[in-house]
Order: sequence, then C-alpha cells, then structure tokens
Amino acid sequence: MRVTAPTAVVIGATRGGDDNGTSMTQANGEAMSTDVMIEARDLTKIYGTQRAVDRLNFEIRRGEVVGFLGPNGAGKSTTMKILTCFISPTEGTAKVGGYDVFNDPLAVRSVLGYLPQRAALYPEMGVVEYLEFAADLRAIPKSEQRDRIKKVVKICGLEEALRKEIGQLSYGYRQRVGLAQALIHDPPILILDEPTADLDPNESAEVIEYIKEIGKTRTVMLSTHDLSEVKASCARVLIVNRGKIVADGAPDDLAAKSGSVRYVVAIDEKAGAKGSGKGPANAGEVLEALRSVVKDSTAKELPSDDRSHVVEVTAKGGDDHRREFFQLAVDKGWTLLELRREALQLEEVFRQLTVGADAKAAETSKSTAKE
Amino acid sequence: MSETAAVSAPATAIPRGNVGTMFNNTWAIAKREFASYFSSALGYIVIGMFLLLVGVLVFFVFNFLERNEATLQSLFEGVAWLSWAISPAIAMRTFAEESRTGTLEMLITQPVRDWEVILGKYLGATGLFAVALALTFVYPVAISKMGDLDWGPVLGGYLGLFLGGAAYVSFGVMVSSYTKDQITAFFVAFVVGLLFFILNYITPALGSAAPIVVYFSPRYHFDNIARGVIDLRNVMYFLSVISVCLLATARSLESRRWS
Repeated sequence: MRVTAPTAVVIGATRGGDDNGTSMTQANGEAMSTDVMIEARDLTKIYGTQRAVDRLNFEIRRGEVVGFLGPNGAGKSTTMKILTCFISPTEGTAKVGGYDVFNDPLAVRSVLGYLPQRAALYPEMGVVEYLEFAADLRAIPKSEQRDRIKKVVKICGLEEALRKEIGQLSYGYRQRVGLAQALIHDPPILILDEPTADLDPNESAEVIEYIKEIGKTRTVMLSTHDLSEVKASCARVLIVNRGKIVADGAPDDLAAKSGSVRYVVAIDEKAGAKGSGKGPANAGEVLEALRSVVKDSTAKELPSDDRSHVVEVTAKGGDDHRREFFQLAVDKGWTLLELRREALQLEEVFRQLTVGADAKAAETSKSTAKE
Repeated sequence: MSETAAVSAPATAIPRGNVGTMFNNTWAIAKREFASYFSSALGYIVIGMFLLLVGVLVFFVFNFLERNEATLQSLFEGVAWLSWAISPAIAMRTFAEESRTGTLEMLITQPVRDWEVILGKYLGATGLFAVALALTFVYPVAISKMGDLDWGPVLGGYLGLFLGGAAYVSFGVMVSSYTKDQITAFFVAFVVGLLFFILNYITPALGSAAPIVVYFSPRYHFDNIARGVIDLRNVMYFLSVISVCLLATARSLESRRWS
C-alpha cells in the first residue's frame, strides 16, 4: 500500500503533429503525404515462453527525436531488431518510412540507418576501409563515396581515427564509426540502440552532441537507460517495461504529470532539541513517523553520514506538507537539519513506472523488516 | 495498450533509399570476406599448413619422386585429402564468428538479401581455397620440366579438386551458420566431413546398398578426378552438395529471424 505509483499509465497522448520540426522536408524534395515515420501496431515478440515485446503500439513522426527508455530486458533492443528487420515479430506489424518490415525489408533497411547495441564492427578493418564497405552496401557510387565519407567523418568527429584499424580504437571512437556507418547514406530515419552504453561520461556527452546535431534533420529513435541523455537530446520519451509502453510524452510533461512530489527530511541523530531532554530516535522510528505525516506516501532512508537520518518521503498531490513535517520534529523533540520539497525528477518517474509489482513487494518487506 | 483507435492515415511511403544490385552486394561482401583472411593470421596459416602438408604427403607418403612417372595422381590424392582438412578452418568463421560478435546483425540490417550475404561469404571463403590450390600448381609445372606432361588431365584434375574443395567449404559454411562458436563449427565440419570422406572404405559391409552409399562419398568422386577423368556425374555431385549446403545456410539465417 505504500507505493502509489501507477503501473501502467499513458501520460500525454501520442503527440500528433507536434511542432518540433515536423514540417521539415525530405532532402530530395519529394512531397510527403505522411508524417508517420515509424509505426508499431500490436507488435509482439515471444521467445520461448517469454513475451519480450507485448502488443506494443506507437508512432514516431517526421523530425522527432524519441528516447526509447526502459530497464534492461524491457524489450527495447528486440523492438529495434524488429524495426530493422533483423528478426521478425511473432505478431503485429511495424512500418518504417511507410514500408512494412515483413513485406519489404529491403526498402525498410534502405531508408534507415541502424546502430546496433555495442556496435559490432570488424576489428581488422581500417576505419576508411570499413566506411567504404558500408558505402558499397548502400550502393553509393564510387565517385560519391569520398564526399560521403568526408561528410560523416566530420559529423562524427572521426578525423583523428582515420588511419587506424577499428580494433585499435577506444569504445567511444568505435561507437562513432558505428554512427558514421549508419549515416553514410544520409538516411531520413535513424535507429540507435544504446549509442552511449559502455562509454565514459565525456565520450557519451560527445556522442549525444553528435546525435543532437544529426537529429535536427532526421527522425531518430534512440534507446537508452540513461535519463540524463534523454533530457539532453529527446523531445519525446517512450518508456517501455516488460515489453509494454508505460508512458509516452515529453520528458518534462512526464515528470509533471506523474503528480508526485518528494520531501527530503534530515534529522539529527545525536542530539535532541535543546531543553527537550529527549534522546534522538532510531532510524525505523523516524522513518515510520515521517511516513505517517502524509497519507498514502512512501518513505525510504537515504544514505547519509552517521550524524543524521535522511529520509525521503514521496507523496501524491499538490498539497504542501512541510509545515506538518516541521511540527512533527518539534513535537518529537528532534533537531531538524534539513527540509525540502521538490517535484519528482524524470529518474523517479522512470523508476515508479518500471520498477513494477515485484519490486513494490520487495520494498514493503524491506521496510517491514526494519521496523 | 488498447488505443488502437488512433488509426494513422494509410502510410504512403517515403522514397526508397539505394539498394545495390545483386552482383554488387555479393561482390562487396565476398571481397571483404576474402580480404579479412589476410588481415588476420588465419589466411596465412591455412595456406601455409596446406602447402606444407601437401608437400609432406606428396614426397613422403605417396613417394612422388620414387614413382618416377610423370603423373600427378599422388598430388591429386594428397590435395583431395587436405581439402577435407583445411576447408573447415576456412569456413569456420564465416557465420559463427560474426554471429558471436554481432557483426552479422550489422551486415544483415544493411539493404542486402540473405542470399547475397551467404553467396558473398561463400565466394570469399572459396576464394581462399582457390588461392591455396593455385599455389600447388608448382608441382605440375615442376613435373612438366622433368618430362612430358599431358596438360589435359592435369587441368581437368584441378577443376575437379577445385569443385571438391568448394563443396567442402560450402559444408563448412553451413555448419558455421548453425553455431556461434567457430571452434565447434570447425570440429563438426571436420568430423562429419571425414565420415563422408571414408564412406567408401566401408562399402564391403554394405552389400547391395554399396553403390548408392559410395555415391555420397566425396572420396569416390575425388578418385575419379584424381585419375584425371572429368565425369559430368562427379561435377554434378559437387555442385549438388554446394547447392544443398548453401540452401541449408539460408534456412539457418531465416530461422534465426523467427527464433
């Protein structure tokens, strides 16, 4: 009863015809009669008895940069593998650029650039050699290959790696080669599966910069479990959990509409308030007392030094309960070191939506054990 | 989600991107596959071992020099045996390694057809075998210096050896497509290849079924070829093996999609 998080809500409808770049026109200038670039309808993939993707429905429109978020094993990669025609769905359909992944995989692949998870490249090949190979497979005429390669090398910041073999490159550079490969044919649609996994923070920030740049003129779907990345680069987020979409909307909207706020309360562990004569409380008591201040809230202890109990109380609704927390401390004779109230961050929305029932159970039993 | 009501307008597709011709795609993949043998040590090792063992067999086992005749039977026998031994090493990586490392996903999600990938890889691998085989040509050239050599049967024999090796490579490629481990691929192709190769040694035990069983042994077809006789039936045998193995490879790739 402690966790009030809804397990499946769609926050905000699918954004129809939003203004963020949907009016952008195709490089070759042909008239577009549809805006939906990626579309999944009841997409389902079953491995053995496990439903990796479970009746997934979503649309991604022209010019959108969409973050596909979810914990490991939520079905992100599986969905992307279906969209890029590497595997076939068990049920349902998907279209990319208007082409059905099942009926016309060649057309689908021809309009998209794909960076699989941990972009696997041939380690023995040189960077340029590899990009030429990619260009060959994209049927780019030899006469244009030099120009194309020059362009993607610039976009992806590969100048310094040109003479090296892929096997000698750092992960960050390899990822950029993978990105360059996905861009070599100037595709209108990009699907990037965890482009920043395994990168250090600097490398990952750089790759995100490149993706932002690329996303200005393209439709991009990128998967990740790093939320700061999403905030940095995506106008829209799809959160997927256990093969289902659990939220869809702009990152800020998601955080706002989840309607939860949290309070962080720090109580001095050593001393009671002056003159009260009461000793400090133990952690379990503090936790329980603070939780009972707000109805239907959850509380957990945050890591702190051994001088204070820091408790986070997450609650629904817009009412401000700081007064009551303060009053509680006064009544109990505790020394209040800190009290703040803040809106839930995207991280927490994500956690609420994806942690699910079993984690709920685990959390309850944990706090029961404490008491 | 039950919001299927949001029906999108019937999607009119955006313009297709480039898709290469079958020839170009196959060629690009074959070229890369062939080159990859020489950017690792594998290509050199395979060729080196092959030439060394051919030498050993020809000079010491089949006593090439003592036979004192201008025939290449011992060479052909040696090469026939060794084709069985090296083709699993040539073919083991083709799909197993790429599938393990994930480069296969990268390759297959390019706008290429499955069979272009299969044929490209197969041709690249067979190319390596062809190079190894071509290097043994020093033997007939050397013999032609020692005495008269009838080039007809020699060339016919080489054609046969090439077909035989190509068939073994196709078998190795097939095995490689069913596993993610190249060592497994090597041993399975090696052992099963050997079983087929020695089929015709067990024929006495088979009675009336013998001719049929023998037909399935590459050894039987090599024997004919080693005599310098090119029989259409032998050629057909090898071509059928190649077709069957590559079709099975295609099936393997297809089933991966559905697993």
